[in-house]
Amino acid sequence: MTDATRGPRERPLSPHVQVWRWHVTMATSILHRVSGVGLYVGALMLAGWAVSLARGPEAYAGFKAALGSPIGQVILFLLTAAVFYHLANGIRHLVWDTGRGFGLKSANSSAWFVLFFTAAATLVLWGAYLMGMI
Amino acid sequence: MPSYRTPLSRARGLGAAGHGVGHWIGERVSAVALVPLVLWLVFSFVRLAHADHAEAVAWLRDNPLNPVLLTLLAAVSFWHMHDGMRVVVEDYIEKVSTKATLLILNLFVCVLAGGLAVFSILQVALGGQ
Repeated sequence: MTDATRGPRERPLSPHVQVWRWHVTMATSILHRVSGVGLYVGALMLAGWAVSLARGPEAYAGFKAALGSPIGQVILFLLTAAVFYHLANGIRHLVWDTGRGFGLKSANSSAWFVLFFTAAATLVLWGAYLMGMI
Repeated sequence: MPSYRTPLSRARGLGAAGHGVGHWIGERVSAVALVPLVLWLVFSFVRLAHADHAEAVAWLRDNPLNPVLLTLLAAVSFWHMHDGMRVVVEDYIEKVSTKATLLILNLFVCVLAGGLAVFSILQVALGGQ
């Protein structure tokens, strides 16, 4: 047991991210995490919305004014995109969890579909909002 | 089932902690629940976009489905968020003390914000405000 004195063996490292050619499935993978962290902030804002509603008309008007400011609108726009992205890509992950859709072709096409859906749903919702339909 | 780990491997103790499956399943179950809840939330916020305080309160009071779904959404979201952020912290933070601090902070933030959200929703819905 001379091996025991040497301590743990060096673990194999996965190749560093810079080694690989950038690919759409890599983008959708990291975007899932990024949108999830963004939605973390969004959920805290949702809690803020509920608290302002409970505190009364003044607090609620203040909360709405903050959301209506240019920065608030930009944050809301990004949150809308994050909701649609995390929703669609989350469903993609759930399909993967059943063992389906792992092939190169289907993984690529589902990645593009998720990106297209996010852009379309976000733009339709905000288009309707900006044109006064909502 | 016999254990295939060698005595040396067990002494080094570098194997899996053994509670990953529960976390993994919990993340999926909450994800499945959030699919309809989030779609409902988007639909509701479209309706509430221009609502003032009185209209938003009425929305929560007039139909029991709204406060119930909103409470469920808040509870499941904060659960799912906690699980997700936990993995992010575990992936990127190596230093044990920093990791432990952030994991505890993540838990406390999610429980506190979730508690505030659920309490506020119920307070408005039950008319105590």
